[in-house]
Amino acid sequence: MKIVKIIGLFLLVTLVGIQFFPTSRNQSDTIPRTDFMLVNDVPEQIKNKLQVSCYDCHSNNTAYPWYNKVQPVAWLLENHVKEGRAELNFNEWDSLSSRRKASKLKSIISQIENDEMPLASYTLIHSDAVFSETEKQDIIKFLTELKNK
Amino acid sequence: MKKSKLSVGIIAIALVIFTVTSCKDNKQDEKSAKEDHSEMNHDNSDGHHDGEKKEMAMNGNGASQDILNDYFNLKDALVADDNAKAKDLGATLAKSLGNLDVSNYTDAQKVDLKDIIEDAVEQSEHISENDIAHQREHFKTLSKDVTDMVAITGTASALYEQFCPMYDGGSTWLSRSKEVLNPYYGSKMLTCGNVKKQIN
Repeated sequence: MKIVKIIGLFLLVTLVGIQFFPTSRNQSDTIPRTDFMLVNDVPEQIKNKLQVSCYDCHSNNTAYPWYNKVQPVAWLLENHVKEGRAELNFNEWDSLSSRRKASKLKSIISQIENDEMPLASYTLIHSDAVFSETEKQDIIKFLTELKNK
Repeated sequence: MKKSKLSVGIIAIALVIFTVTSCKDNKQDEKSAKEDHSEMNHDNSDGHHDGEKKEMAMNGNGASQDILNDYFNLKDALVADDNAKAKDLGATLAKSLGNLDVSNYTDAQKVDLKDIIEDAVEQSEHISENDIAHQREHFKTLSKDVTDMVAITGTASALYEQFCPMYDGGSTWLSRSKEVLNPYYGSKMLTCGNVKKQIN
């Protein structure tokens, strides 16, 4: 009985304790000139969809949910965003060479086609990030044209 | 007494957690510091071997031959539908790509090579951590990168550019032999494709 109490107390203290660990937040007021939307002629509808579905993890600016204030959720999100941004950062699009752009576009198209992106763990909460079948086709068509330019 | 023991324990645990997290950060810093260092070394060796430039460019230097060897091993693993082996070889290739010394090339070639290597490393890393369908997708991009690299570095032995019209709207790859063994389909369509051209 005593041991249960101690373990319970330990967990509680840990949970409270980790709240004090800071996480770096991915936020920025400015949109760099290299941004994907600024250097490409993106139709309004696709622009909105990319913003809602992709930019939280693939840009310098994340619209954080309220629960990001709670650990260990904040750590989890921090890692997701870090990984996402390392793989692809729409804000820095134009700093890529044409070779890198082409191979990024190829990967983006294939990930969307195979429903691997946006991540299921993301759309679970952000239901507006889900691509409808038409949205999916429109975006793939747009990106494919961009790739073949 | 009991209470103070408990609080000592809690503080100790908090310290352990703190140490573990901060250790992780330190390691990452060390790693990036090392990478910066090796990059600087590359820059320092810049321009010291101008005399060898021509010869190197014709025959392909050692590192670019390593890259080709690893690429062909990877291709064979995909031909054999061997996902696990392709993962290992993807990691090997990512390493040998990183070892390519671009200092013996012209400035324009350096820019191209660095671009090619950056892209090829990314493809190889993805190959090292994905299922075989993904590996083949990345192998297509990788093959273009390696082909473009060979156009600059040259090759010690003859290579054949081969083409499969069926995979992803038509895809090429490199091979050491004329015989077509398809890395995009493996056993499903082993001999689909043809030789497009010979590279010497």
